Amino acid sequence: MTGRLEATFARLRAKREKALIAYLMAGDPGLPETEQLVVALEQAGADIIELGVPFSDPIADGPVIQQAAERALKSGTTLRKILMSIKSLRQRTEIPIVLMLYYNSIHAMGYQEFCTAASTAGVDGLIVPDMPPDESGPLKGPADAAGLPLIFLLAPTSTASRRKLVAEESHGFVYYVSLTGITGSKLSNVTDIQENVKKLRKVSASPVAVGFGVATPEDAAQVSKMADGVIVGSAIVKRIASHRQDSAMVRQVAEFVRSLKAAMVPA
Amino acid sequence: MPMLPDSHGRFGPYGGRYVPETLMPALLELEEEYAKAKKDRRFQTDLAYYLKQYVGRPTSLYRADRLTKKLGGARVYLKREDLCHTGAHKINNAIGQVLLAMRMKKRRIIAETGAGQHGVATATAAAMFGLECEIYMGTEDMQRQALNVFRMRLLGAKVTGVDAGSRTLKDAISEAMRDWTTNVRTTHYILGSVLGAHPYPMMIRDFQAIIGKEARKQILAAEGKLPNYLVACVGGGSNSIGLFHAFLEDRKVKMVGVEAGGGGIVSGKHAARFSGGKPGVLQGTMTYLLQDENGQINLTHSVSAGLDYAAVGPEHSLYHDRGRIEYTYATDGEALAAFDLLAREEGIVPALESAHAIAHVIKLAPKLKKAQVIIANLSGRGDKDVQQVAKMRGVEL
Repeated sequence: MTGRLEATFARLRAKREKALIAYLMAGDPGLPETEQLVVALEQAGADIIELGVPFSDPIADGPVIQQAAERALKSGTTLRKILMSIKSLRQRTEIPIVLMLYYNSIHAMGYQEFCTAASTAGVDGLIVPDMPPDESGPLKGPADAAGLPLIFLLAPTSTASRRKLVAEESHGFVYYVSLTGITGSKLSNVTDIQENVKKLRKVSASPVAVGFGVATPEDAAQVSKMADGVIVGSAIVKRIASHRQDSAMVRQVAEFVRSLKAAMVPA
Repeated sequence: MPMLPDSHGRFGPYGGRYVPETLMPALLELEEEYAKAKKDRRFQTDLAYYLKQYVGRPTSLYRADRLTKKLGGARVYLKREDLCHTGAHKINNAIGQVLLAMRMKKRRIIAETGAGQHGVATATAAAMFGLECEIYMGTEDMQRQALNVFRMRLLGAKVTGVDAGSRTLKDAISEAMRDWTTNVRTTHYILGSVLGAHPYPMMIRDFQAIIGKEARKQILAAEGKLPNYLVACVGGGSNSIGLFHAFLEDRKVKMVGVEAGGGGIVSGKHAARFSGGKPGVLQGTMTYLLQDENGQINLTHSVSAGLDYAAVGPEHSLYHDRGRIEYTYATDGEALAAFDLLAREEGIVPALESAHAIAHVIKLAPKLKKAQVIIANLSGRGDKDVQQVAKMRGVEL
């Protein structure tokens, strides 16, 4: 069976386009808004949605995502409610949705129960930022059985042996972390990204998406030339935060996403 | 018993390395470098030199006669880690890790701190070796431990307040991990307790194991036999594993780890992981955690900043499951009573953390025979807590 994720990358490849992967913190400011955002961002040109599951102690995230997680938790968001939301979204959209969640959220629900529920709800892949391939053993079996690809991250600090390991274990796509740091940092050293993505592509059968630090249409344009996908997180979440009291919030964020995608499509 | 942890950094089902990929190469490098250092005679000689001449080791094993008499049971000895330079056992680890950082040519040191003792120890070691140092500390803890904040700054460290979450130790660790993720190429992160990803729990245990090695020799010299009980407080669990480790094979030596009972277990305001927690992953390691049914980490409470943390070292989780170490707790009230008692009976003002161990000794000793022996780890001195205790009692200083 070809999954939504694979089909999306194939469709874009045929058009010589790159995937815009838009990150949202589920439940920020509330789950109804998240659902509206998913639909609106798809219409604005997002190709894949990365949905963050709020965690109390997100060690890989900078202040923007941390605060979004705090707001989401305050609004009563839980993993089970997020999965229900995705299930209801699946009646409206076929956009691939990957979950980005910390290990303990899965562990608390149980590997098997979580994978079955996520797959049934219509989740297309899992990114667990505090789970390197070395620790993925217990999750791998249930995830494989449920048809949920595990997407691993590779960093600028990664050695050749780590690159090989991540490339082998990662399915759906490989998430290349553009910088040595946390989410929402400033994009730096584009030449390094290009070099590392090139090396990664040689050993990876899956597409490569680049994230961390992509904040503007210019960044997106630049990075899209080097990779199969561009992940934008903090810059979107920041706009949700500043417009969250505003009735035009969804439209504002969609406008921003439209500008990102426009910059990525070759003229 | 097989060597713990195994090559994956596992203590049975606990431990491991749950960190962002960015940190994996640094953890692998640290593991390799530590393995080399362990076998390197020069490193061991240097470490032994600084522990003796700078820290003041060996610390004494003091027979607390007046406390023993007052409690009317077992003979109580105190392992005097409070006599270490900087006033707590934390310096044993800080010196070891600074020496490692020098081997790895990392000239910038970062650390988290709760009570401030690990921050002071790290700032001290960094100053002595001329390294740049930044300490992360929750803003709530900065208020509780203002004296230690000033000490760290005197020692030339930059103290950065962390204003997220509960504003205590847990949040300081997350922030230090974020800094390390960003500056990993030039920076060594000196974690202060047997927590976090492999090799930290193993390495820090090894650096603290000197406490038990000394105590074992000292008690054999003083009593001609091994003790019946060892008692130590457990925050992350470094002073306790430090004392216990040399006795683990001595099956007849019973060990008790004392967690922070805060306002009582029923109140939910505590940090007693083995009384209210279950296994999960926090900040790099699989271990017992205080968490809700969705896996969100609970806020903890303790009068002692050094015990106010939602997770416990993974090695403790294994010994808990195996029943090798008994874990109990002392409430804020019991710890404060022990703080007073030790000051009055022995002329020793203990750290509020260590007062939790004394609080358990107060319960345990009277139940034992006079010929029996307890060693309690006096992991730190209480100077840093005097201001806070005064404030709690309405005394303006």
